[in-house]
Amino acid sequence: MEKLKPHNKKPVGRDRVIFNILSYVLLTILSVVCLLPFLLVLSGSFSSQEAIRLHGYQLIPSSFSLDAYKMLFRIPQELLRAYGVTITVTATGTILGLLLTSMAAYVLASKEFRYRYQVSFFFYFTSIFGGGLVPWYIFNTKYLHFHNSIIALILPILVNVTYLLILKSYMMSIPDELYQSAKLDGAGDFTVFWRIAIPLSKAGLATVGLFIALNYWNDWYNAMLFLDEGAKDLYPLQYFLNNILTKAQAMNAAAARSGIPASDVPSEPIKLAMTVVATGPIVLLYPFLQKYFVKGVTIGAVKG
Amino acid sequence: MKKKEHTLLRDLRENRVKWLMVLPAAIVVILMCYIPMGGIVLAFKEYNYHDGVFGSPWVWFKNFEYFFQSGKAWTTTRNTVLYNIAFLCTNTILQITCAILLSELVGKKFKRVTQSVMFLPYFISWVVVGAFIYNLFNYEFGAVNSLLKSLGMEPIDVYSNKGAWPFILIAVSAFKNIGYGTVMYLASIVNIDAQLYEAADLDGATMWQKIWHITLPGIRPTIVILFLMAIGTIMKGDFQMFWQVTGNNPMVLEATDVIDTYVTRSLLTLQEFGMTSAAGLYQSGLSFVLVLIANHIVKKVEPDYALF
Repeated sequence: MEKLKPHNKKPVGRDRVIFNILSYVLLTILSVVCLLPFLLVLSGSFSSQEAIRLHGYQLIPSSFSLDAYKMLFRIPQELLRAYGVTITVTATGTILGLLLTSMAAYVLASKEFRYRYQVSFFFYFTSIFGGGLVPWYIFNTKYLHFHNSIIALILPILVNVTYLLILKSYMMSIPDELYQSAKLDGAGDFTVFWRIAIPLSKAGLATVGLFIALNYWNDWYNAMLFLDEGAKDLYPLQYFLNNILTKAQAMNAAAARSGIPASDVPSEPIKLAMTVVATGPIVLLYPFLQKYFVKGVTIGAVKG
Repeated sequence: MKKKEHTLLRDLRENRVKWLMVLPAAIVVILMCYIPMGGIVLAFKEYNYHDGVFGSPWVWFKNFEYFFQSGKAWTTTRNTVLYNIAFLCTNTILQITCAILLSELVGKKFKRVTQSVMFLPYFISWVVVGAFIYNLFNYEFGAVNSLLKSLGMEPIDVYSNKGAWPFILIAVSAFKNIGYGTVMYLASIVNIDAQLYEAADLDGATMWQKIWHITLPGIRPTIVILFLMAIGTIMKGDFQMFWQVTGNNPMVLEATDVIDTYVTRSLLTLQEFGMTSAAGLYQSGLSFVLVLIANHIVKKVEPDYALF
């Protein structure tokens, strides 16, 4: 970090002063802009329906109210079920995806594997050419019968070629001698993978695992394509939120099923309360996990 | 040919554990990518559910004719390409600026906090971004209109105003990607040899000179590669973003419809398989050619960074 210090012999130059002022101003503005939508949603979720009717959404609500959250907790079944689906899908998908990806990455990183270039290309090719949405959709629904099935939420994003290649280059940086000495002790490939490659790539695995988990947590696209009204029980959190936001009746119908008249539902703030509840875990975990994501971006930036 | 097969077979037997370890991932890719590639034939057929992919009758180029004559081919291609160019330029300039500012910053705490805050939008789903847009621009209650009204100004209705969307979409793309790109360029700046800066300091170089003559040339390979790779994906619209941000609003489709949203909407609402397959093949075919061209250029400019 030597280069960040101004040079000792000279007084701090005018250019550096201007530069620093510019930095602080610009970065503060950009940070505020990035944070503002979050704050607006949070404050909106604590507004009363009347305040929103009268004044619209404001950064500082004109009257504070917990109505929206109370209503959410009066009809918790669907929200809890959506949470359950998302947690199940995220856990299953991440563990399975990480296992499949790291096994393949280990083999592709192995210099003994004669067909590593061909097999790498076999995976890589899918990221530069595809058959398009329609054939994929028809194959999944008509032939694999994914319609209204939880597999449709897991399989499509289980193996990501970019992550596979990131893990492959991570595993290639492990010294070959470590593998060789284990091999000399008579260990098979799977043992070497499990006992040596996995423990030594912990940081890489954590990063890739978190990216996979984030993709599952945020997924609504596959639910939109493959689940219909008949599979409401399988709606993941983000798709559930999507329906609350886009279909005005969705919340009222949920309330009605619990015997609450539609007029009692604070329809505006509840949309935002739902958004807060669906985003909360990510925002709360973010400070602890951020460094892994930064590492992932950095590995990807150096060579994809 | 025969000899090669023999060695592959022998390798399958000798290295069967390795092959078995690649197999599960390979099966997923075969199911999700390679088999659907065979469905490309649908673009030349009139698909009906009963006859399936293979039984449906051939119509050859009818689907393409239909797609191009509908006028949608031109509108969606234009939107896709122009939006991608706009996103690329705005995001690149913004991200490089932030990365340079952060790299030269003295205050460590300020640096950490701003970097974290700017990276936060990357982690939320597009559904939540859709909620942000609703919260800001809803005609009756939106925060923007609340502010305008409180200032005694006329509220605006973006949902019937085509001209507003390019700005909104560019802003949303900047918002979502600023943190990711900044971190990436920052990583590239940190890799620049520190001695270059020390030498420049001794020569009495100003900040601007150092940025212009050391930092920017230092991250040039990263910029060039990301730019060229972006050309490879210029025909691909960010489906989730366009779908959630515009709310699939029919009033402004002329200005917001990209190939991906058009294909998905036609598939889900019209169950129009033939024409949508044709549109999809048109898109992935062109994308493939563009990737090859981009890679060819990368090979010439920065050979170490070529994809294949």
